[in-house]
Amino acid sequence: MNPYLPIIAIGAVGFGFAAFSVVAAAISGPRRYNRSKIDAYECGIEPTPQAAGGGRFPVKYFLTAMLFIIFDIEIVFLYPWAVSFDQLGLFGIVEMFIFIATVFIAYGYVWRRGGLEWD
Amino acid sequence: MREIILDDPLSIVILKAVIIFVICLVSTILAVWGERRLVARMQMRLGPNRVGKFGVLQGLADGVKLALKEDLIPAAADKIVFIIAPIISATTCFMAFAVIPMTGEITLFGEKTSLQLTDISVGVLYILSIASIGVYGIVLAGWSSGSTYPLLGGLRSSAQVISYEIAMGLSLVAVFLYAGSMSTIDIVNSQSSWWFAVTLFPSFAIYTISMVGETNRAPFDLAEAEGELVGGFHTEYSSLKFALFFLAEYVNIIGVSALATTLFLGGYHALPGLGFTESWLGGWFTFFWFFAKVLFFFFIFVWLRGTLPRLRYDQFMKFGWKVLIPANVIWIMVVAVLRYFSNQGTPRSVIIAFAGGVILIYLFASMIWERAAKNRAETVSSRPVPAAPSFPIPKLPMDISTISVPKAGQERVIHE
Repeated sequence: MNPYLPIIAIGAVGFGFAAFSVVAAAISGPRRYNRSKIDAYECGIEPTPQAAGGGRFPVKYFLTAMLFIIFDIEIVFLYPWAVSFDQLGLFGIVEMFIFIATVFIAYGYVWRRGGLEWD
Repeated sequence: MREIILDDPLSIVILKAVIIFVICLVSTILAVWGERRLVARMQMRLGPNRVGKFGVLQGLADGVKLALKEDLIPAAADKIVFIIAPIISATTCFMAFAVIPMTGEITLFGEKTSLQLTDISVGVLYILSIASIGVYGIVLAGWSSGSTYPLLGGLRSSAQVISYEIAMGLSLVAVFLYAGSMSTIDIVNSQSSWWFAVTLFPSFAIYTISMVGETNRAPFDLAEAEGELVGGFHTEYSSLKFALFFLAEYVNIIGVSALATTLFLGGYHALPGLGFTESWLGGWFTFFWFFAKVLFFFFIFVWLRGTLPRLRYDQFMKFGWKVLIPANVIWIMVVAVLRYFSNQGTPRSVIIAFAGGVILIYLFASMIWERAAKNRAETVSSRPVPAAPSFPIPKLPMDISTISVPKAGQERVIHE
């Protein structure tokens, strides 16, 4: 059997359960309309009005996402290297040292420029 | 082992999927109860003890209660995304279990198999990718609620989860390096003589820290810091939709614990010296060992929650980006060099000299670091105090020791 096929089986079981719960939630509970129930919850005070088209968020999170991509790519390169390490020998080590050094020059730059600070 | 899993007929595969699903569900119900009881014990309370024997069914009762609550969708919410988000969270948390080997060889309805749904050559990478998809559930739930707190909570959660996912991913590199494979079965088998928790202890420590950050649990539960953000990304969710997020959180905890067991604690194998128990009950006894190790990690989760106060967000991100990641990469390089030496059959003296050199460099670097930090602190404290300005300044609160409340007609006196 294709080894990826059973993943669909458990995915289907999990999805079925989740979809069933979402549908059941709409049926099983009571329904009593109250305007303040469908307002945004802000601990009882009048909810803050939102900008059109959803909320905006600080650019800081975008920066974190970008850094995540850089390091995730690094990890993606590290995994196959680690798995086939024994066959690569000295060449593999030296190459990886150079690769990590280049990534860490960028990392040091980001650190110095305050990209990792969270105020 | 791989062959006996992959030649299962479809019926056995579906049966195993349902069994794994039920295991996740039941252990979540028990985990909710166990956590509350343990935390209560740590805080000198009793905890839930009414529903069922010792309150075991508390989790189930909570679930039923949630099902009978009104299902609210805020007026400002993006309705479709609002409904899809909990489904994403709850589906992905179960999918991570597909490649976790829970037992050794067992017999299920006459078919030789093992309680592992499938074995793929990139098993651990698959778990990480599924965990990444789970982040969509969080960020979409926060965004689609159309409310301020959930949006902030969702962003915080996702920033936190992706930051600690890097530390987690890097901590696994050393394991792959020693196991020579990313398949979970191969990794379990390669720990037959020594657990990776012993031989690769720094990786194990980093994994254990980052798995707490990855699952948004105390002391890293900044996304649902009650004092700041109400409930975080699921503030606007009620009824069974909330229950799905709750379930996903606990299944994720069990999932990362199961991954830690597989990668670092020898998986379903017995503790050293108790290998003869593995054939008991036709191999099913290995599930006991697996579950005991998972429970050990779960206990650590609860213990952390009962002991440590929550971190501040900037300290938390600083720890992830400036400590865990560089330490991890340096450790990987050290492990790689050691592995290369042992592959080459280098004499032990050279290896010891190398290890000693690494330790010396580390000590030297930390000495320089501390001296620099001290210098910085001194420069700050030795800055000249600015001269008193020509305009009057009010007394600062820290300069005031007592304030006598003036009686009628008297003037207010400030004692210094």
